[in-house]
Amino acid sequence: MLRFLVRRLIVALLVAATVMTLAFILTRLSGDLAISIAGPNATASDIEAVRKAYGLDRPVLEQFFDWVGRAVTGDLGNSYFFQTRVSTLIAERMPVTLTLGLTGLSLALLLSIPMGILAAVRENTSFDRAVQMVALIGQAMPSFWLGLLLMIVFGLTLGWLPISGTGSWEHFVMPGTVLAFSAVPALTRLTRAGMIQAMGSDYIRTARAKGLSRASILLKHALRNAAIPVVAIAAVQLGFMLGGSIVIEQVFALHGVGFLAWESIAKNDFPVVQAVVLVLAVIYVALTMVSDLLNAVLDPRLRA
Amino acid sequence: MSALLDVERLEVGFGGTAAVRGASLTVERGETHCLVGESGCGKSVTSLAIMNLLARGGHRTAQRLTFQGEDLLKLDDRGMARLRGNAMAMIFQEPMTSLNPAYTIGSQMTEVMRRHKKVSQRVATDRAADLLGRVGITAPGLRLGQFPHQLSGGLRQRVMIAMALMCEPQLLIADEPTTALDVTVQAQILRLLAQLQRDLGLGMLLITHDLGIVARVAHRVSVMYAGEVVESAATAQLFADPRHPYTQGLLRCVPVPGKQRQDEPLGSIPGTVPRIGPGFEGCGFRDRCSFADATCAHTVPPQTAAPGHDYLCRLAP
Repeated sequence: MLRFLVRRLIVALLVAATVMTLAFILTRLSGDLAISIAGPNATASDIEAVRKAYGLDRPVLEQFFDWVGRAVTGDLGNSYFFQTRVSTLIAERMPVTLTLGLTGLSLALLLSIPMGILAAVRENTSFDRAVQMVALIGQAMPSFWLGLLLMIVFGLTLGWLPISGTGSWEHFVMPGTVLAFSAVPALTRLTRAGMIQAMGSDYIRTARAKGLSRASILLKHALRNAAIPVVAIAAVQLGFMLGGSIVIEQVFALHGVGFLAWESIAKNDFPVVQAVVLVLAVIYVALTMVSDLLNAVLDPRLRA
Repeated sequence: MSALLDVERLEVGFGGTAAVRGASLTVERGETHCLVGESGCGKSVTSLAIMNLLARGGHRTAQRLTFQGEDLLKLDDRGMARLRGNAMAMIFQEPMTSLNPAYTIGSQMTEVMRRHKKVSQRVATDRAADLLGRVGITAPGLRLGQFPHQLSGGLRQRVMIAMALMCEPQLLIADEPTTALDVTVQAQILRLLAQLQRDLGLGMLLITHDLGIVARVAHRVSVMYAGEVVESAATAQLFADPRHPYTQGLLRCVPVPGKQRQDEPLGSIPGTVPRIGPGFEGCGFRDRCSFADATCAHTVPPQTAAPGHDYLCRLAP
């Protein structure tokens, strides 16, 4: 188990290092940062001043290692626009994004696992086909469009839910649903396929031969094995939701990390952009690791 | 007193295929009854039908199917589940995949007892450890905490046997329990089954295609062919006086040390088991039988060679 952990940790660190490098290179590929920061009306001397002030006149490698050196100690630099520390900015915005992502994932799991199990138990019935149809529609529907539809129906026509902001839990219902909808198809199909495979296996025949109850056969013996790929994908889906909530945060005006990223890109606030990319990547890598660990917990064969 | 297990005219169909066609057999208390026949003859399906564990699409009917005098045909899923793993237990051909990879041996063994008997986890664990010792597993305490993938095939089959015995069943159905194992392990498992059967007074229905096994452990043998029991007799009687041409053919396929002459080729039965749909008439073996004539296309009445020795062939003496 310890070796397993160490191996996963090393891989995670390598991925994080790669992402840092990429984030650094990509922000610089977008053009001369000094020119974009100084703005369209800046003179050549203004640009030079900006270049000096932000240390952009130094060799690229020096800038890179300076940034990496600070980042590993938790110092992500200062925002050019907000004039505060980037880490403070992200820390302020993170709770909104995390709440949104966790709401989305919980809703998705609450929907897809029971639907997947039922579809598997009633394989090839109309219920099964209905579930598959819902999954197909969910996969095909763009999230911003679904978000707008929900807003019109539940926010404007029915007036049940607030359409923007983060004041109460009700504000998270619609955006959470939209995010969940994007994860439901994959999770439902995986649960269904896993359950069908498990229910046809020899150990389920053994469980039936032992006279176990239907609930125990389905939930203890079959679901435990069917859940292994579902858990792996669910953790990755949460990563997608945290990183991919940029669109949803825009639609519902939620001031989360995604919103911050969008603002900063528009304003050429590249320390923030770089940091958001890094933080999301680290979260993603951490979630992948969590998913590996959960898999090892669920499947004893992986613990070797 | 009625037989422990009494099956009369069992029929199992899967869509357009008749897998079992009117098979009858009984297992007495404390008796080992071997069901033999080649692959695809309906042995496994018969055992699964008795346990009501047929795969989806399988349908069973029978004139009689009783266990300890209780009519299994009248039991619903719940009633059947009450018996399974409890009074009647089953072990399978595939020890490598028959245990759940996600749970420890101990957890899988104790759950069957906790399901059927009102015992504490402690008592169930003690019984599991005791039974693991009985089936020849050393360090039972260690094994209880291990997962199936940490055990070899032979050990897993021993675990399956021990698990089947947790609730002190009256009947043990063993579906080719040694087929997937090494030859040396096969012999160990068989000896173990035979010994447990004697010690515990189990009624055992042992399904196999290995006549060597039959000769060693069976009290009674039923030979299955194409979904029918074509001959049934006490073991010694069957080996001494096989009546059905298929039984005779099977026996010729087995080398007997000392009896077999070096220059004489070992027998074989040409052809394969036919695919038989509903409404098939006559003897299922007639296409492969060297004695067959036109009368074999008609329904074959059961014949009796001696008390307790029945066969299905109009031509055999």
